[in-house]
Amino acid sequence: MTSTSPAKMRSALTATELKLRRQQRRGAAIRYAVLLVFGLIMLYPLIWLIGASFKTNSEIFSSPSFWPKEPTLDGYINGWQTSTPYTFARFFMNSALIIIPKTIGTAISCVLVAYGFARFEFPGKRILFGTVIATLLLPNVVTRIPQYLLFRDLGWLDSFLPLWVPSAVAGDAFFVFMLIQFLRAIPRDMEEAARVDGANTLQTLVFIVVPMLMPAIISVCLFQFMWTMNDFLGPLIYVSSVENYPVSLALKLSIDTTEAFDWNQILAMSVLTLAPSLLVFFVAQKYFIEGISTGGVKG
Amino acid sequence: MADLQLKTVEKVYGSGFKAVHGIDLTVEDGEFMVLVGPSGCAKSTTLRMIAGLETVTGGEIRIGDTVVNDLVPGKRGIAMVFQNYALYPHMKVRRNLSFGLKLKREPQQKIDRATNEVSGILEIEELLDRLPKQLSGGQAQRVAVGRALIKSPEVFLFDEPLSNLDAKLRASMRIRITDLHKRLRDEGRPATVIYVTHDQVEAMTMGDRICVMKDGHIMQVADPVTLYERPANAFVAGFIGMPEMNLAPAELSADGAPVITLAGQTIRIGAGLAERLTRSDGPVTFGIRPQHVEVVPPGTADALTGTIHNIEFMGHEVNLHLTIGNTNFIAVVPNDKFDHSMKRGDHAALRPNGARVHLFDPSSDQNISLGH
Repeated sequence: MTSTSPAKMRSALTATELKLRRQQRRGAAIRYAVLLVFGLIMLYPLIWLIGASFKTNSEIFSSPSFWPKEPTLDGYINGWQTSTPYTFARFFMNSALIIIPKTIGTAISCVLVAYGFARFEFPGKRILFGTVIATLLLPNVVTRIPQYLLFRDLGWLDSFLPLWVPSAVAGDAFFVFMLIQFLRAIPRDMEEAARVDGANTLQTLVFIVVPMLMPAIISVCLFQFMWTMNDFLGPLIYVSSVENYPVSLALKLSIDTTEAFDWNQILAMSVLTLAPSLLVFFVAQKYFIEGISTGGVKG
Repeated sequence: MADLQLKTVEKVYGSGFKAVHGIDLTVEDGEFMVLVGPSGCAKSTTLRMIAGLETVTGGEIRIGDTVVNDLVPGKRGIAMVFQNYALYPHMKVRRNLSFGLKLKREPQQKIDRATNEVSGILEIEELLDRLPKQLSGGQAQRVAVGRALIKSPEVFLFDEPLSNLDAKLRASMRIRITDLHKRLRDEGRPATVIYVTHDQVEAMTMGDRICVMKDGHIMQVADPVTLYERPANAFVAGFIGMPEMNLAPAELSADGAPVITLAGQTIRIGAGLAERLTRSDGPVTFGIRPQHVEVVPPGTADALTGTIHNIEFMGHEVNLHLTIGNTNFIAVVPNDKFDHSMKRGDHAALRPNGARVHLFDPSSDQNISLGH
């Protein structure tokens, strides 16, 4: 038997360690290369969109590269003016007039309804909750015509009201459900402590429940913001005059009105339309992920 | 400060389950009352009814001169410390403490003064600007006590406040809470405390009086010494004391002195029992604490002989487990008096101290050896 000296053992250890480290580094390089390639493939249409928005109309169809040869802002300037009496500023304003009351209304109403379902016992609770979940399962198209007739009778056609009022009174069962699941994961002790401290139901909700529910509420607002920003069908059905068009409809406008499409203008305005959603998402990303993961997993 | 009275208080849940069976309890002004019992004995439910977090389905709860059955928790003049602290996670310690006073719209100056005073008493001044998640268990517990203390309530309610702490911290918090109670009493503003625990050590060391509960009934309310020395029934006898009291079915008869027949062995109980008995013969449950028997050689007169099946060395004392008939008996012997040559399988005998023997009626479980 030969005895191994400590020095030898050390060098042997270091050699194994080095080998392991090399392997790890190679593994990481391969992983990142694969991720990069797939990431680029998925992002390419978006990158191309941004590049093409700075091209001239003729270059869009002549060169497959996303990098403009002669970058120009014409698409943005002319696209912003539109072929109507209104600029895109008007359409963005219209979108904001729908999104802001809708998002705020959704947050407030859904929290109230979810709090009621998650924390209180009242007669008919099971049936009411079943109804809420049933509307979640109902395909949207089924309710289109009755809704249209209802809003027509209310005289709400060609206004923003049909687009935000239903959501602002907790009409979106998905958000109610999501908040209920999130609330169920929060222990009741804090609320009981608040009641012992002298808080009434509304104070408990505002001072204790809402702060703890904040990640979920932010997720709700983000979802609502993005879905509304991208909603095309709703405005198409209820909004008829151009002055009331939100951006999603206004984009289609540029395709309709001219015979030879100015694609660079359309693409430029598409980029601007995407910007708010992306911006909001990246700013609130942390809460967004926290919100959906907690709401989903612990429910 | 005020006293607290429960009069035939009942709790029946919607499912029809009766959790609390018409209990009566009076807690004096400034008294430290411990509710203790095994899990499911409704001690927490009782506390939550006093707090107003559970509805009372029958009877009356009175704090001072006010019937509080239908008052919301905030109007009852109570403060509560929860098992898992229930600190508001998004508020710093300072706001956690002052939240109750803020809701009452107390002037800011008064709130600041109270916050400083309470944080001084509980030594949490350095923690005031931290969030609850930045606190250790013991610190969070102190903040939770502070949040109750700052309101100067009529009655303090504690719901197993120490059960989430490790053994060492639990011992120090126990002393801290009893010290605080004494201190408030000495300062002339005594605090009435209802303290729920399942831990009999906490109950015995902290309570002025202890209320032992089982299945929604009160088994006995007494000071710690009385509970230990004069348990009203077999449940209390078995629940209070470590290791628990030895209890075995036996037959009582009288032959001058009381005679017990247990597992086929007949022993005469010496002085100290006869004058306490409320009946002289019939079937009984024989009870003797492990500390109140003497280990004697097998075959000794008036001692119960059995087989040793376990010997636990505890350091200062030894727990000797014997099987007598079908019943396990434990004897606690001081280490220096223990015969270390004994081993498993050996025979040994236990001679009960007559003055310390308890006899219970097997049908009602009531103690029949408490005297007239």
